[in-house]
Amino acid sequence: MTAGKHKIELTVNGRRLQRDVEPRLLLSDFLRGELRLTGTHVGCGHGVCGACTISINGSTARSCLTFAIQMDGAVIETVESLAPRGPLSVIQQAFHEHHALQCGFCTPGFLMSTRELLARDPDPSEDTIRRALSGHICRCTGYVHIVRAVRAAARKLAEEGARDDE
Amino acid sequence: MKPPRFEYFSPADTIETVEILGRHDGAARLLAGGQSLVPLLNFRVVTPTALIDLNRCRGLDEIRRDGATLVLGAMVRQAAAETSEIVRACCPLITATMPFLGSRTIRNRGTIGGTLAHADRSAELPAVATALGAVMIAEGPKGLREIPADEFYVGDLTTALAVDEMLREVRVPIAPEGHRFAFVEATNRHHDLALVGVALNIILKENQCERVAIAVIGVGPKPSRLTAAERCLVGNIIDDTVARAAAAASIEGIEFESDLHAPADYRRHVLPGLVQRALNQALSRRPETIDDSREA
Repeated sequence: MTAGKHKIELTVNGRRLQRDVEPRLLLSDFLRGELRLTGTHVGCGHGVCGACTISINGSTARSCLTFAIQMDGAVIETVESLAPRGPLSVIQQAFHEHHALQCGFCTPGFLMSTRELLARDPDPSEDTIRRALSGHICRCTGYVHIVRAVRAAARKLAEEGARDDE
Repeated sequence: MKPPRFEYFSPADTIETVEILGRHDGAARLLAGGQSLVPLLNFRVVTPTALIDLNRCRGLDEIRRDGATLVLGAMVRQAAAETSEIVRACCPLITATMPFLGSRTIRNRGTIGGTLAHADRSAELPAVATALGAVMIAEGPKGLREIPADEFYVGDLTTALAVDEMLREVRVPIAPEGHRFAFVEATNRHHDLALVGVALNIILKENQCERVAIAVIGVGPKPSRLTAAERCLVGNIIDDTVARAAAAASIEGIEFESDLHAPADYRRHVLPGLVQRALNQALSRRPETIDDSREA
C-alpha cells in the first residue's frame, strides 16, 4: 500500500458511498470537504474542543482524530442525521428553546454527545450531564443553559416514550 | 493543522505488523486509537513516513482471564475495559481509573495499549500499571518478551520497546483477597491530564497492611513509586496517624518538575493531600464497589 489514493466504502447518514481518499485525509475534512456535510465543525483540530464529534458504528468519536481511510465499512452519523427532513429532533428543539447555543459553533458536537448520553442514561443527573459533556467546549453559554436543555430533552423523550407505550 | 503525507498500512496480524515496523527502521508509527498520535500528526510534531493502523489487526482486542492474571489486548478500547465485568472482577482499580482518562468520546476510540505505550507523563494508566505490577508483553521479530511496568517507562514519550517491537498486551495480576485501591488526581478540569495523579494498591491481612504499591504520575517524566510512603504503611494497621505519616512522607525522594500547567512547588504541595485522599478512599470502600466518579 502506498501514499496514493485508496478506495473506501462506507455509510454516511444512511447513504452508502464509495470514494477514493488519500491516507492523510482526516474524517472531518472528508465529511465537510468531500461530502459537503458542513454541519460537523472543526474547532481546534486536535481533539480538545469537541465540535467535530460524530458517531462511528454507534459510538461518538472525534472526526478530527480519525482518518477517512480507516472508515472502510463503517457506519457514520453526523449532526445532519438528527433531523433529516426538517423538523428539529427533540434534543435540537430543547437546545433551541433553552438558549443552549449562541454562536452555534460547538453545538453539533454537544448534540451528538447528548444523543449518546440519553441513549445510555435516559434520566441523567446534572452532575452526570456535566461529566458526559466535559469533552466539549462552549465559549458563549457558560453551560448552564446547555445542562438545562439536556434535562428538558430527557423529560420530553421520557414523555414520548411513555406515550408510545400506551 | 493537517497531517503530513504518509504511507498507510493496515496489517491483518501482529506478524505482518512487526515485519512492516522492522522494514521502516523507526520511521513508521503504530496507529491505535489515535487520540494522542493524531494531534501530534496534525501539529506535525511527528512526521512518520508510514502509519501502521492496528484497528484491523487480529487478536489484539481480547479481555480475558488467564490463571492468576487479567490479560488486556493492546487494542481494547478504554470504554470497553471500563464496562467489562471481567476487568471489574479481576482488577477494579482499572475500572475505577477509566473515567479519568478522557471524555467518553475519547475513551470510545482510545485504547489500553495506546495510552500505555504513548507514555505521556500525565497519563493515568501507567500509574495503575505500575501500582498493580503489570507486565507488558512486547512482540518483535524474535517473538514475545515480557517487560515489567517499572522497566517499561524510560522517559517522556519513551518506553523500553525497540523500534521493531509493538506492545501486544498487558498482563495484570488479579487482585487478591483483602485488596483495597484508589485512583485520585489533581487536574484543572475533570478529564484533563493529571497535574499529579496517585494510584494506590493495598493488600490488607487482618486489617494490617501486608503489601502496598503507590505510584505517582505527572510530577516527572515517568511514573514513580512512593517508596517512603509505602514504608510507613507496611506491617501497620492504617489508622489516621499512620495515614497522615504516609502522606507526609510521600514527597521524600521524589523530584518534582515544573511546566506551563503547574510549578514544581504546587505539585509537591498537593501530593500528600492526594495520598491521604487515596488512603481514605481505599480503606472506606468495599472492594466490590467502584466510586462515585463513574459516569453513566
